[in-house]
Amino acid sequence: MNLRGAITIVALLLSGAGVLWAGTDGLQVLTAEGARRLTIEEKPKPLPVVLLRDQRGEAFRLQDFEGSNLLVEFIYTRCVTLCTSLGVTFEQVNRELPKNALGNKVNMVSISFDPRDSTSDLSDYGDRFDAVPDHWRIARVENADELKLLLDTFGITVIPDQWGNFEHNAAVHFVDQNGYLNRIVDHDPATRTLETLWKRL
Amino acid sequence: MEATMTFFRRMHLSFDHPYIKTGIGIALIALLALPVCRSLLESSLINHMLIQIPLLALAGWLIGRGMFSSLFQKWNERGIPGLLIAIFAMLFWMIPRWLDTALSEPLWEVIKFITTPLLIGVPLAISWPRMSSFTRAVVWTNAISMLVVVGWLYVAAPIRVCNNYLVNQQESFGYTAMMVALGIALYWVGVVFFGKWDKAE
Repeated sequence: MNLRGAITIVALLLSGAGVLWAGTDGLQVLTAEGARRLTIEEKPKPLPVVLLRDQRGEAFRLQDFEGSNLLVEFIYTRCVTLCTSLGVTFEQVNRELPKNALGNKVNMVSISFDPRDSTSDLSDYGDRFDAVPDHWRIARVENADELKLLLDTFGITVIPDQWGNFEHNAAVHFVDQNGYLNRIVDHDPATRTLETLWKRL
Repeated sequence: MEATMTFFRRMHLSFDHPYIKTGIGIALIALLALPVCRSLLESSLINHMLIQIPLLALAGWLIGRGMFSSLFQKWNERGIPGLLIAIFAMLFWMIPRWLDTALSEPLWEVIKFITTPLLIGVPLAISWPRMSSFTRAVVWTNAISMLVVVGWLYVAAPIRVCNNYLVNQQESFGYTAMMVALGIALYWVGVVFFGKWDKAE
């Protein structure tokens, strides 16, 4: 093999490895979900102003919780798999956190992306997990455009399957006291959410 | 069919004519880019990874055979540089993150439609004839083991690797990839046992 051949091969190996390194953020990220989490950590995002309505029918905005830590997850009430474990995680936070922190230093919102969910569906879902509406709201977004904007900001992809269910990326989203989404962690096991939360209190 | 063949013969054209091959390659890319083909082939992970992307690479192969077969050969000693380009491009498009991004961002879909033919099909086409039988054998055997490993990873993955696809598709893609690997392996077993080896290469 001549020199030119050797140089070509070395150059290709280096640039190929470089592309793969960049494409995985230094071998850290293989999935779009991983990329979403890393991007948020590196560049926290402000939330759009959208109108939500909770299980009591009360209107509110995510900005209302500025000054406290806000935990957000996305669900649909007919879900029996992922959303149940999402609910269990918030239920655990609800149980483990000191009573005076809840509603004050920590608030939780479960947002439904299913247009079928009514106020009473939300309320039933809340009852399944002993949600106290004062610090754990189960909410829906009435305006379809606002819902899309919210899902896009959080990076939630929802795909309907053929049985009337949805598949969606599930995680617990941390919004800091200034209203910036800046951390996304696995909802299972719940200890991961609790550990992340403890560091912020 | 008969008329087409007569037309081809009268025009001194055959499938081996470089322009015809290139034309078919470009037509194939255009066909795959039609919205109806895209939604059909991108609706499932299997169609996306095992039909659309290989067909795009095949289109590139035809274009490479047609137009570029004598280009860059000074820099393509024994076909190894071309093979490296194709391998890196394949590895990149096997990162779930970018397959996902191609579905959610139009720019990346365009990049996929350009790079798959240009960086996988074309380099393979111009390098394959220059490779030694040993290199070709290495490519085949690695293709088999890579398909098995990738398939097994997709079946065993504890997480959903693509936000745009359902989990059960992930599993069926895994099994299908392993079946394709088995098919290739059986083909070569057949060649080894029953093929004609009287032609010394």
